[in-house]
Amino acid sequence: MTSHFGDSPVFVIDQSRCIGCEACVQACVECGTHRGQSLIHLETIDRATTTQTAPMVCMHCQDPTCAQVCPADAIKQTEGGIVQSALKPRCIGCSNCVLACPFGVPKYMAELDQMMKCDMCTDRTSEGLKPMCASVCPSEALWYGTREEFAAGRRGELLREFRFGRQDVQTLVYTVVDDVEPGPLDVLTGRARSWLDDPFDLEETAS
Amino acid sequence: MARPPVSDEELTERYGPHLNEAPPGGWDHGLDPDRTVETHCCFCGQQCGIKLKVKDNEVIGFEPWYEFPFNEGKLCPKGVKRYLQGSHPDRLLHPLERDPSAAGGFRQVGWDRALDRVVSEIRRIQAEHGPDAFAMLSGVSLTNEKSYLIGKFARLALGTANLDYNGRFCMVSAGAGNKKALGVDRAPNPWSDIPLADVVWVAGSNVAETFPITTSYIWRARDRGARLIVQDPRVVPLARTADLFLPVRPGTDSALFGAVLHELIRRDWLDHEFIDEHTVGFDEAAAAVADMTPAWAASITGVAAARIEQAAEWWGTSATGMLLHARGIEQQSKGVDNVLGAINLGLATGKFGKPGCAVSTITGQGNGQGGREQGHKCDQLPGNRDITNPEHRAYVAGVWGCDESEIPGKGLSAEEIIEAIHDGSIKGLLSICFNPLVSAPDSNFTQEALDKLEFYAVIDFFLSESAQHADVVLPGSLHEEDEGTSTSGEGRIIKINAATEPPGEARLDWKILIDIAERLGRRKYFPYESTREIFEELRLASAGGTADYLGVTWERVEAEMGMFWPVPEVGHPGTPRLFEGGKFFHPDGKARFHPIPFRESAEVVDDEYPIWLTTGRVVSQYLSGTQTRRIGALVRQYPEPLCEMHPRLAEQLGVGDCDLVTVTSRRGDMTLPAHVVATIRPDTVFIPYHWPGAKAANQLTNRALDPISRMPEFKVAAVRIAPAAGRRDTTDERDLDLSEGGRDLSLR
Repeated sequence: MTSHFGDSPVFVIDQSRCIGCEACVQACVECGTHRGQSLIHLETIDRATTTQTAPMVCMHCQDPTCAQVCPADAIKQTEGGIVQSALKPRCIGCSNCVLACPFGVPKYMAELDQMMKCDMCTDRTSEGLKPMCASVCPSEALWYGTREEFAAGRRGELLREFRFGRQDVQTLVYTVVDDVEPGPLDVLTGRARSWLDDPFDLEETAS
Repeated sequence: MARPPVSDEELTERYGPHLNEAPPGGWDHGLDPDRTVETHCCFCGQQCGIKLKVKDNEVIGFEPWYEFPFNEGKLCPKGVKRYLQGSHPDRLLHPLERDPSAAGGFRQVGWDRALDRVVSEIRRIQAEHGPDAFAMLSGVSLTNEKSYLIGKFARLALGTANLDYNGRFCMVSAGAGNKKALGVDRAPNPWSDIPLADVVWVAGSNVAETFPITTSYIWRARDRGARLIVQDPRVVPLARTADLFLPVRPGTDSALFGAVLHELIRRDWLDHEFIDEHTVGFDEAAAAVADMTPAWAASITGVAAARIEQAAEWWGTSATGMLLHARGIEQQSKGVDNVLGAINLGLATGKFGKPGCAVSTITGQGNGQGGREQGHKCDQLPGNRDITNPEHRAYVAGVWGCDESEIPGKGLSAEEIIEAIHDGSIKGLLSICFNPLVSAPDSNFTQEALDKLEFYAVIDFFLSESAQHADVVLPGSLHEEDEGTSTSGEGRIIKINAATEPPGEARLDWKILIDIAERLGRRKYFPYESTREIFEELRLASAGGTADYLGVTWERVEAEMGMFWPVPEVGHPGTPRLFEGGKFFHPDGKARFHPIPFRESAEVVDDEYPIWLTTGRVVSQYLSGTQTRRIGALVRQYPEPLCEMHPRLAEQLGVGDCDLVTVTSRRGDMTLPAHVVATIRPDTVFIPYHWPGAKAANQLTNRALDPISRMPEFKVAAVRIAPAAGRRDTTDERDLDLSEGGRDLSLR
């Protein structure tokens, strides 16, 4: 299903394709290691003006901020770089990780008194299966495969280096952008007008 | 009298909808199945492959079925949670008889008593009022085998002409248009053609919410550089990233298609060779659009002329293109006109019979494609045969072993059956998998009709709102409890496999029908011991018809993961793409253009009812909600209907988001929260229709029918809106965590 070229599969999020259907949320609840709990985030950006929604799985940072700020040393990475939920015996429920994560991923589950987060379905990927959310996602906004497969079939470029203030963050999970190095933005001349600026042509007919 | 026996509250307390929240044994029970069954989702026409995990005769979870080629493991939220309809507290386990003195309004009875009562009432009504005074309404969530059986059962066991199906409220306009223009009623291409299109035009289909998996096919085309055009009164989720958006006013699609044809002709973006060799009627169609300029269409449709010209240019100058349409253009009193107008664009540019080229409906219901081929439409016999055609009748009579005269003639369509019940000419009804109280237009009228029935029997697995009116309820089977085939929106015949057995005293649907036939003295026509035997007869009955299944075997369907009809002989490879080489299904092999002059919808806005209403679906609910309103996680995604309106309209009305508004049409009114969003035309409101009673959008809709397809006009009505007292916080679950916050949400 995956690796055709010896390259190991990667997880890719393309927020622009999200249709807000919640299949990912519903499927995350069905995952074998945390049945009944969804660990994925699906945000409605601003429903009053747009149907844009955005799914967020754990980005699995190389040097995870959540683990850095954990006073109990409860957040561990696997050898493959997967950042795991807090170890239950160690987690003190302080929620430092919840507040510190630059991507807003960890969830403090009060009922369990434990931080839980997406572990990219380690139980599935270790058996060669895709993570649950990337399996079901109808629009392939959440996608799991090799970079070669992505390059062969999908438009956009893969990005996994982020800068938050002075903090550089590299992640296992990729996002999709039109151009990884777009150069300086020219905000003065603006962009070409799109129908999205006025979907119903109200400006022309306003008077 | 077929009135609900007790109050809504008592019925709901006993029969639901209650919410199934977790798999059998709870979330912590483990997921260690006895076996895994490869089958398909029970919901929409995409029929996604899914594996159900089964333990102790209960479905305990699912696993993506990656190998099934259509969806490769993908599922929408309904597909993910579909397994929770099993092991459900509302499941009907015993035959029931209406009894106002019993708790919940029904008393449990034995099968013999229930069946005897049904048969004695059929006989009484038919003896007193004639055979057609007893009608049957069916559904296309049912397999091909059941659809075929029902067509034969109604004609030879009940002996009534009045059988119709709920596809009448779904895709009949597409079917009628396809037959008129192309000579056959099937999606022309497999979905694997969508990625080959250079332009994808989605007209009247909220693909992201109603056919979510199809978005991945459209993205594959866009990954190749294809342009996407979306034609819809709302900026639906797929439209958000479209290259061109055509915000068409409800009820004006044929004007838009006419203007595009006008432009194609004016700019000579035509495939003359294709038109000359493979079509007839172009000149008449061209004459009909001679005055339909983009500027004229802009004044009718509300879509700027420049956008119409752009759509024409992309469609006319692209080597390949797929125009996909669905209920938005079809559920109108001129649904067939709209479909024919769209097909004209495909014929004019030669976009048929080639890879990546088609004008195609996206069939809505699970077996909407197959169900409409096997003869349980009022006007059809198996193989898509015409019930008024003497040769067709004689052929089917030969397969059935009956005299041709024993097959009744053309009956009334679904809405006309409801109207005939209302006017008293139909006195008795048997329905299966059809909930017209929610899904039919003008639900106050439907309720009056059901109340007037002298006798109403229902076969279903939950007590739907319509079934609450029944005199006798026969507990049938769920999708996952029986085997058979269905035919997806692509025309792909697939195998449905049983995961569990019916619980309690519930029985397989087809066995119930045979039990009734036997009591009516007609067992000789129904000798089946298994659904496979029904399928073997279906193959013969369809042979030689357009929907020819003769060469289809269950073994090949499973081994090849689907077969595309027609399969006219054993060993035939099937026909994934129709019309190759420009060969259409009319006797002369040519397609038909149709002249489509513009006419208004049956109801137009005026001073009294100044706002357009259109209705539709949300991603988390399916049709009348009999199944999906019983699954907690799906209900929480969108718990109740909201009235979507543009901020400009909201300001005129003096209401804000979540304020209650009363929406009134000539048929009825309903009060519900406003959902103020800038993603809908300011002259139009949208209300989803999945709910019953006071929450039913169909209280407002119009019973006006398309003259050809007999499709009601769900998509266009005139309403007025006034602020109502109060407000109700609406939840959009996308912001919530379903497993946590969701659990605490009090449902209204």
